[in-house]
Amino acid sequence: MSKLSIFSKSISTLLASASLAASVGISSSALAGEEYIAGMRGEVALSSEPEAPAMGKVMNDDVKRQRDYPMAPPTIPHKVDDYQVDKNANKCMSCHSRVNSEDSQAPAVSVTHYMNRDGNFLAEISPRRYFCNQCHVVQLDSKPMVENEFQDVYNIIGDKK
Amino acid sequence: MNTLKKYLSILKKPSVHYSLGFLSLGGFIAGIIFWGAFNTALEATNTEAFCTGCHEMRDNVYQEMQTTIHFTNRSGVRAKCSDCHVPHNWTDKIARKMQASKEVWGKIFGTINTREKFEANRRRLAENEWRRLKANDSLECRNCHDFDYMDFTRQSKRAMDQHSTALASGEKTCIDCHKGIAHHLPDMKGVEGW
Repeated sequence: MSKLSIFSKSISTLLASASLAASVGISSSALAGEEYIAGMRGEVALSSEPEAPAMGKVMNDDVKRQRDYPMAPPTIPHKVDDYQVDKNANKCMSCHSRVNSEDSQAPAVSVTHYMNRDGNFLAEISPRRYFCNQCHVVQLDSKPMVENEFQDVYNIIGDKK
Repeated sequence: MNTLKKYLSILKKPSVHYSLGFLSLGGFIAGIIFWGAFNTALEATNTEAFCTGCHEMRDNVYQEMQTTIHFTNRSGVRAKCSDCHVPHNWTDKIARKMQASKEVWGKIFGTINTREKFEANRRRLAENEWRRLKANDSLECRNCHDFDYMDFTRQSKRAMDQHSTALASGEKTCIDCHKGIAHHLPDMKGVEGW
């Protein structure tokens, strides 16, 4: 390439980057007036690293919590650290199976968990429901980070007590 | 053969140069030194480093327990292999050490020296330990977790309910409910309470 073409090429790239910077500058100044959007970062500039929040503790009070909607899987009211759920053993079912529920006084899993895909009832928990944590989770004792505007169906139909 | 006879005849003769007191006291002190050495060697076989020296233990059960509460926890108070698997009182400890010759055999002949062999034997090995703990009323658990000093008010509701009823009455012992507390469980088909 000749010296002149290189020179013109560099000029054009310079002009392009300058115009891009100008447009970005315009758009950022437009956002500057908007309100802060809540997020997990907190009100910290992007260039700095915020301090990580303290880890929440799993709620272990054994108090049953209200489900948000009728088919919601109930949340687990106790710690489940190191509970083994694999091919060899299902620790959850050692208390929550129908057979063990009297000994443990734990709520027995509903009969839907014993049904296979044809709707037949099995003696043991159905393989499709074997891994409890796919639906049932523990809760931490931390505050919600974003305001929750979810409305229970009772609120919507006006039957709220 | 002649040297053996020579040494045996020396042993049969009474002492010529050393007094009875010297020999008795010397024997006593030598006994203490021997006992100390014996016990040191015995306790060395109770260390975590010794137990995990075999890859059968290190790659299988030792890996499994590293996420459990007996390995790392809030207070740092932890159990090493011998705290649960070797009885503390002397007679049972020696009995267990004599049984351990079977483990030496197993190491030499490789009864569980691959992952597949270990998994095939996992249920049998687990049942051995469950049976031992059930027979001695979970003695090794109680070495640290003394029931008489349990504060139920500091336990969760489930723990409080079970410990104050089934455990207090003696109907159940620790291992009945806390199987799998340190290592992964085997195939639990047919195990009572599972």
